[in-house]
Amino acid sequence: MSEPILELRGINKSFGPVHVLHDIDFDVHPGQVTALVGDNGAGKSTLVKCIAGIHPMDSGQVLFNGEEVHIHGPRDAAHLGIEVVYQDLALCDNLDIVQNMFLGRERGKLGLLDEADMEQAARKTLTSLSVRTVKSVRTQVASLSGGQRQTVAIAKAVLWNSKVVLLDEPTAALGVAQTRQVLDLVRRLAEQGLGVVLISHNMNDVFEVADRIACLYLGRMAAEVNTKDVTHGQVVELITAGRSGDLGIARPETATI
Amino acid sequence: MTNTTSETSPQDTPPGAAISDFGIDTTSQSTGEAARDYLARLRGGELGSLPALLGLVVLLIVFSSLADSFLTLGNIANLLAQGASVVIIAMGLVFVLLLGEIDLSAGTASGVCASVMALHLVRGGNLLGGMGDTVFYLFCGLLLLAAVLAALMRIWAGTALSLVALGIAAFGVPANAWVEMLLAVSVGTAIGCITGFLVARVGIPSFVVTLALFLAWGGVILQFIGEGGTLGLRDDTLFNVANGNLSTAGSWALFVIAGGGYAAVVLGRHFSRLRRGLVASPTPVVLVKVGVVVVLAAVATYALTLNRSQSSLVVITGVPFVVPIVLVLLVIGTFVLERTRYGRHVYAVGGNQEAARRAGINVAQIRMSVFVIASSLAAIGAIVYSSKVGSVDPNAGGGNTLLMAVGAAVIGGTSLFGGKGRLRDAVIGGAVLAIIQNGMGLLDQPAAVVFIVTGLVLLLAASVDALSRRRAASTVR
Repeated sequence: MSEPILELRGINKSFGPVHVLHDIDFDVHPGQVTALVGDNGAGKSTLVKCIAGIHPMDSGQVLFNGEEVHIHGPRDAAHLGIEVVYQDLALCDNLDIVQNMFLGRERGKLGLLDEADMEQAARKTLTSLSVRTVKSVRTQVASLSGGQRQTVAIAKAVLWNSKVVLLDEPTAALGVAQTRQVLDLVRRLAEQGLGVVLISHNMNDVFEVADRIACLYLGRMAAEVNTKDVTHGQVVELITAGRSGDLGIARPETATI
Repeated sequence: MTNTTSETSPQDTPPGAAISDFGIDTTSQSTGEAARDYLARLRGGELGSLPALLGLVVLLIVFSSLADSFLTLGNIANLLAQGASVVIIAMGLVFVLLLGEIDLSAGTASGVCASVMALHLVRGGNLLGGMGDTVFYLFCGLLLLAAVLAALMRIWAGTALSLVALGIAAFGVPANAWVEMLLAVSVGTAIGCITGFLVARVGIPSFVVTLALFLAWGGVILQFIGEGGTLGLRDDTLFNVANGNLSTAGSWALFVIAGGGYAAVVLGRHFSRLRRGLVASPTPVVLVKVGVVVVLAAVATYALTLNRSQSSLVVITGVPFVVPIVLVLLVIGTFVLERTRYGRHVYAVGGNQEAARRAGINVAQIRMSVFVIASSLAAIGAIVYSSKVGSVDPNAGGGNTLLMAVGAAVIGGTSLFGGKGRLRDAVIGGAVLAIIQNGMGLLDQPAAVVFIVTGLVLLLAASVDALSRRRAASTVR
């Protein structure tokens, strides 16, 4: 297996008295989709926000390409090439696709915008992802469907030569056909050599696109397994009970001995 | 969604971007398609300034058929001078409205600028004498505070202009028309820094902050001028701002610069987009648009260079100075909003504040900056209306100055909900309001009727905004 592009070692995170993440170890490999699953409140979104630099980590080590890095804010994460597609899409309805894709990182000199350059780059990115569902890159986001919006949000993350893309429930609010589009896109990201992390509650989606599954249980990493080694039922057990057979967190009695 | 349009032939494909791979993305449209697209957008609730433009045409027809004197040259020129100050204040408010905020204090803030300006002029630069010790030191303290607040938020232009105002006040710079105008604008900037900081940093809703400041500034004006007092602006340059005209040659030079510049920029941009294979409107549409604007400008320039004096003793010709003033502000403001990173961020914050924050935009700074811009422009509006009247009284900027300006922006098509609007909306809406007031006046309607009609027009505009929003929301998905 290839070297992981992003490694987390012993991450802890508390919000006041609530200990949300306990000694999390987590690897993201380039060219693979790693699904991050877990029940509500297991700490999936918190973990993603820690990686993205939105929440500071209390302790632990982050290795990027084998070197230790410190992420203090969203900018640091973006500089490393870590992009996040959030659950509630971070798009502005009143701007068009190009404007949204470059939001906050507009190209141009002296505060002026280089629209032509941005439009060409946006089109190139959408082309490379084989996006065929938008009529024009100058369409306002307000008039796009949910799947198209998600596509734009993902394309926005890819635009920056990013190396790791974290997707927080990208298919949660989508219909069947739109989910299809987005899952295809997720697969294509991995084929382009990016490390992809997919948070999802939908086991069908996970088994369809993920190479590896990381399961969080009450803030602990219960198991990191290859998708082909486990069954549907085992993953569900890992999510709900934290263990399944010899996978997952050891029984409390064996752990204390 | 697989019907490929025939318009994008493979030859048009720019190198590097294989358009044929990109599904049905179209970069150029035929005129018919563009028209259909536009109609679809109208049906989808994106009306823009269309209702206001239609209203403008209707009002022009109604008033010119009812009142003989409406469509005379003298009245048209008068109309421009009457409407200019509201239009300028409205332009500033567009920035605030774009964020979905409101600045109720812009009117009285402009009054403060006007009264400081008049006081400085009347006292020959001695503000200390004009205000009295305590008031003067408080005034300087507030200017310093504004500079510090702007510096805290890294709005350097705000700091610089606040310090300019402080300098002019503290060093007692001798009175001079240009110094007065600079003083008015920089006091406006300082006021905007304070308003903006309270809204963006302290986090008080803009409605409350500006309502409080609306009352407070009203009191400040009264303090500066004194109950029942009036400060006359006896200065030719200041008088000419709203009452003077360009020479005939100057008028045509303005036409060549403005009209020619507009045509050059629009056409140059259009053809460069076509060349690079980018999304562009059809060429005939662009040509017609440029042609109409240039022809209208030429007609207006010609008409305004004719003698419009009522008496045979004096000759009044030329484009009023307020026209280039409004045009310059319109061009700069539009450029800032559409072509700069800052403008893009203003729209982004207005569209989705959370998305803007996640994109790394300094939301608080943007929110503060729009109030700085609004107050600075309100100060320019103050210069224009004080010049028109020739004096500043304690009612300057009070009454319904502000509400007219908000009305102008909203009638022009700026959304009160944020994210939607352009600077030209303020100009179009301001023209509608000015024509209503002017035309009703010519028809000898009592003030009661004028106010009621103006109010109903504003109500109509606001409901068009709300309904089109609902329409837009229901057509998505």
